[in-house]
Amino acid sequence: MSNSTITRKKSVTASPRRNSARKPVNWRRVGAWALVAVAVAVTVAPFLWMLRTALSTNASLASNAGNLLPADFNLGAFKRVLGMQSPEEAIAEGGSGAAINFWLYLRNSVIFATVTTAGQVFFSAMAAYAFSRLRWPGRNVVFSLFLATMMVPPIFTALPNFLMIKNLGLLNTFAGMTLPFLFMTPFAIFFLRQFFLSMSREVEEAAMLDGAKHLRIFFQIVLPNAAAPLATLALLTFIGQWNEYFWPLLVGQDENVRVLTVGLGVFKSQSPQGAPDWTGLMAATLVAALPVLLLFIAFGKKVVNSIGFSGIK
Amino acid sequence: MTTLTKQQQNPAARARRPKAAQPARTSRLRRLGDLKMALLFIFPAMIGFVLFYLVPTIRGVYLSFTEYSILGDPTWIGIKNYTAMLGDELFWNAMGVTLQYVGLNIGFQTVIALGLALLMHRVAKSTFIRGALLLPFLVANVIVALLWFWMLDYQIGIVNEIINWMGLPRIAFFGSEQWAIPTIAAVNVWRHMGYTALLIFAGLQSIPNHVYEVASLDGASPTRTFWSITMPLLRPVMVLVLVVTVIGSFQVFDTVAVTTGGGPINASRVIQMYIYQKAFGESDFGYASALSVILFLILALVAFVQMKFLKGNESDLD
Repeated sequence: MSNSTITRKKSVTASPRRNSARKPVNWRRVGAWALVAVAVAVTVAPFLWMLRTALSTNASLASNAGNLLPADFNLGAFKRVLGMQSPEEAIAEGGSGAAINFWLYLRNSVIFATVTTAGQVFFSAMAAYAFSRLRWPGRNVVFSLFLATMMVPPIFTALPNFLMIKNLGLLNTFAGMTLPFLFMTPFAIFFLRQFFLSMSREVEEAAMLDGAKHLRIFFQIVLPNAAAPLATLALLTFIGQWNEYFWPLLVGQDENVRVLTVGLGVFKSQSPQGAPDWTGLMAATLVAALPVLLLFIAFGKKVVNSIGFSGIK
Repeated sequence: MTTLTKQQQNPAARARRPKAAQPARTSRLRRLGDLKMALLFIFPAMIGFVLFYLVPTIRGVYLSFTEYSILGDPTWIGIKNYTAMLGDELFWNAMGVTLQYVGLNIGFQTVIALGLALLMHRVAKSTFIRGALLLPFLVANVIVALLWFWMLDYQIGIVNEIINWMGLPRIAFFGSEQWAIPTIAAVNVWRHMGYTALLIFAGLQSIPNHVYEVASLDGASPTRTFWSITMPLLRPVMVLVLVVTVIGSFQVFDTVAVTTGGGPINASRVIQMYIYQKAFGESDFGYASALSVILFLILALVAFVQMKFLKGNESDLD
């Protein structure tokens, strides 16, 4: 997939249209690049502002509201968020003094996102295998039924799902939080099926002649050959799950299972009388966004190249 | 394929490998194919599908015809929830607010994203720039909402500092009825514009080069090329992008929940916020379910209309 994107990109670069248009369009290109620069600045600047605020102190924020550099540079906000400050110190610096258990939320987010991603990708891969490489009656009907659920808005199933999780006594447990995401999403199955369909049958058939069973073919041939799309899907799923807010808000309010997104919402509403703890809040959002930012720095190209595919095809 | 079938259904066939190439012995076996194996492979996904998609969908429709407050059992009340909706001012307010949000959000987002996609396609080809523009989309809604909540703060937010510095009056972005929805729409335009641009960019890449070459030989101006070639050929992709973004836009919740909570007064109580408050604030699950049925129907209608009238599944290229 990524290969074809790259080739196409190259052919565009080398097109005669570009060459013939070069002379008169020059200043237009300058204008275009200026627009690109503005877009990138508008996108990136708020993140720098987040960092700048997190490195300031609440007391000096107001008097330096327009200053581009951190106001009274220090790491107090990060210490407060990470629980390295005593409540007295925290209150003195404009925090609420209430424990925010950031490490606990971080652990919960890691568990929630990792478990749902692993389950969803693996089980969806199994289903995608059945929908692409096996022949059985009713295959297309069942597949269309799965696909149709893509149309159902999450809020619609959220209410009955909440009631079921509640009836099962699974509110405020990791089981309750992960179960709806654990087995499949129509998108994951659809995404992997496309790749499995395009795989060559020859290796599979050779293995078949050697007496290999489907389970072995799935684990030893199909999965390793689909490593790239599987990794892409896992990455996209993990980022989505890390950012998930609505479902954990419904079933995971309890401290012990509260994930970062829900914890941040609580942190914001915890602000003491008067001004909110802006520096603490920005430090918290920055740390909460960090895993995704790191993943993006490491695998950015994969994510960027997969967006076109996942959205359109 | 017949080889697979035979081996799967009849383990003994494996011992007689050379014969495997022969046609399947009975049509019944061929018809069932790899059914057993398929059931095994599909089993976990099937659990998820039935328990968390199929049953809740049916149950959601059922609940919409009941009165249910979690305590006790749901009582069937026919279409009363739906008739109550007709006279529910908050419902109509929520619909109005949501439509206003969708209009602003989709309008600006689509135009900006189309511009960015053209820039990505013609000028800025580096993956780095595309990555930078995608950044906000990868960060949680909640984080984006909090970041802008701070930057747009009335007293000391940087945006109001800049407005003040320009000599204009400060704006209560999240705090005033008239600004709440445009602000939330703008925040989400910021988060989604790079992502939407990448989707459109993928569509631009699928337009074959020779079409542009012919236009160029014919002496078509860039503006003419854009309106007569790029836009018509991009239409199927644009329709898909619109379907996806409009459907997502109708379900805005996170940003509202974290910043205004639906206020001030009712100014930003979008439909999903209203459903949430009905269900979890007032324990009125029956009415909340009826509201989500309506939302579901609206989304289905939106998708249908867009596909039908914009002919999203046909390409002009053929």
